[in-house]
Amino acid sequence: MIGKREEILHLLEQNARLSVEEISVMTGQPEEEVRATIQELEDMNIILGYGALVNWEKTTSAPVTALIEVNVTPQRDRGFDEIARRIYRYPEVKSCYLMSGGYDLMVILEDTSLKDVAMFVSEKIAPLESVISTRTHFVLRKYKMNGTEFIKQDEDDREAIIL
Amino acid sequence: MIGIDKKLDSDGCDLSNLDSFLSDRVQSVPPSGIRRFFDLANEMKGQVISLSIGEPDFVTPWAVREAGIYSLEQGHTHYSPNQGYIELRQAVSHYLADRQGLNYDPQSEIVISVGGSEAIDLAVRAVINQGDEVIIPEPCFVAYKACVSLAGGVPVTIACKPENDFKLTADQLAAAITPKTKLLMLGYPNNPTGAVMSRDELEKLVRVIEDKPILVLSDELYAELTYEPAVHQSIITLPGMRERSILIGGFSKAFAMTGWRIGYACGPQKIMAAMNKIHQYAIMSSPSTAQDAARVAIQDSEKYVAPMREEYNRRRRLVVNACREAGLECFEPLGAFYAFPDIRSTGLTSNQFCEKFLQEEKVAIVPGNAFGECGEGFVRISYAASMDNIREAMKRLKNFVSRSKQNV
Ligand SMILES: Cc1ncc(COP(=O)(O)O)c(C=O)c1O
Repeated sequence: MIGKREEILHLLEQNARLSVEEISVMTGQPEEEVRATIQELEDMNIILGYGALVNWEKTTSAPVTALIEVNVTPQRDRGFDEIARRIYRYPEVKSCYLMSGGYDLMVILEDTSLKDVAMFVSEKIAPLESVISTRTHFVLRKYKMNGTEFIKQDEDDREAIIL
Repeated sequence: MIGIDKKLDSDGCDLSNLDSFLSDRVQSVPPSGIRRFFDLANEMKGQVISLSIGEPDFVTPWAVREAGIYSLEQGHTHYSPNQGYIELRQAVSHYLADRQGLNYDPQSEIVISVGGSEAIDLAVRAVINQGDEVIIPEPCFVAYKACVSLAGGVPVTIACKPENDFKLTADQLAAAITPKTKLLMLGYPNNPTGAVMSRDELEKLVRVIEDKPILVLSDELYAELTYEPAVHQSIITLPGMRERSILIGGFSKAFAMTGWRIGYACGPQKIMAAMNKIHQYAIMSSPSTAQDAARVAIQDSEKYVAPMREEYNRRRRLVVNACREAGLECFEPLGAFYAFPDIRSTGLTSNQFCEKFLQEEKVAIVPGNAFGECGEGFVRISYAASMDNIREAMKRLKNFVSRSKQNV
């Protein structure tokens, strides 16, 4: 059994458009309780926002997703946080993670272009003094994102009626 | 066609009338009463939302499919032992011990079958003689009655009552028993009503039959799909029942494995040996690929079932709530993936309701009388469908019911 809070989080993660009333019916929790839980989750920054999962590849802009591995020298007292902040504050950075393993920061740019990525790396990241090296990878195709498969097989091939 | 019409063979037998060749037993099974609705639903398939399907909308969990693929890669493409792979029988045995505290010897008390369906047929054929009576509480899964007729038995149906949430009561059971009664067939959690029997309710049934020579077949295909606060309770766990009962279990509903055709039966050694004899000559052995996949599923059952059960439960609440908001009475179904609302307040018969709902709102559901005459006045809504489809269908249900009620 997953907890009540987790169940609400999972439901909203799958479909942020569910109303409090619908969540209440689906989970069997009273509406006020659901509303209060969601409020609490927002206040605690557990729910950070409500967005749509967009397949940009199908839009007319030809967007590029780039993963940039960054090696940095951590700074005294502030570790990686300071340098990470200097990078992730750029609005074009969609995600930024501190990693174990062969490099330190994973910086993800989405919905951008090859040229913009090149400029971003060469003009904004590489010149930072604590950045030792970068390696940029471009995504060729997205198969699955946030638990959603990009090629949907939602055709129902079951028989019309099964008793 | 020319020339065949009235050609007689040497014995004077009329080959143009092949009906006369069909066995009386086959002919004694009537065609479904909702044939017309079936045809209509088939015609409209693809243009409608289907809440008329008695199988999971989920695809078999990937790890289980992967096990099937691996089985093929390993070349497990031969016959298996008649009773099924011993590893699968052991896994079934562990599973039943763990989930229900039932102990069955994998060597002699478990047969792996081609779906629960085959196991039901085997059980009936193994114990029924011509003229033996079999008690079948309705509404129920449509195969029970047919299997009994095909085996030469006499189905004695009980019309379960809406005021009891269509559960069999001790009084009704007692009234149906005659000296010819040989078998009682129970299917809980129930298709089509979603009803679940509690230990108390089952104990009352046990008291009616415990001193009589009556066997019990307990079809527990939906056991895993039981929703809190209900828990699945098998009648076989009650004192004295194990030695007279056949448990029918399966993978189709719990693990979304309908197309694999795999299930099992458990029971006393003598009955299992008899069932295995029929199985051996009719089927030889169950599909090997499906057995390898099913073993992986049942060994780690909760991991695969829990997420699906949780999702069904959310849909269940949504559907029941929507039926009630639409103005239909609907008792709380605590098992399987069906709701069985009462549509009598609309002034329509089950068939009229479903046909009009299909034509006017493009949603397919099943008339309750498809599962026995006493289901008339009710409809089966399957929530084995995507949440989006269910939400849309329930919106249309509200419109349809309010329109229908205006015309009453
Ligand atoms: C109550 C019940 N029993 C048995 C079956 C047969 O299941 P299977 O043969 O797929 O195991 C079904 C299928 O609809 C059912 O609803």
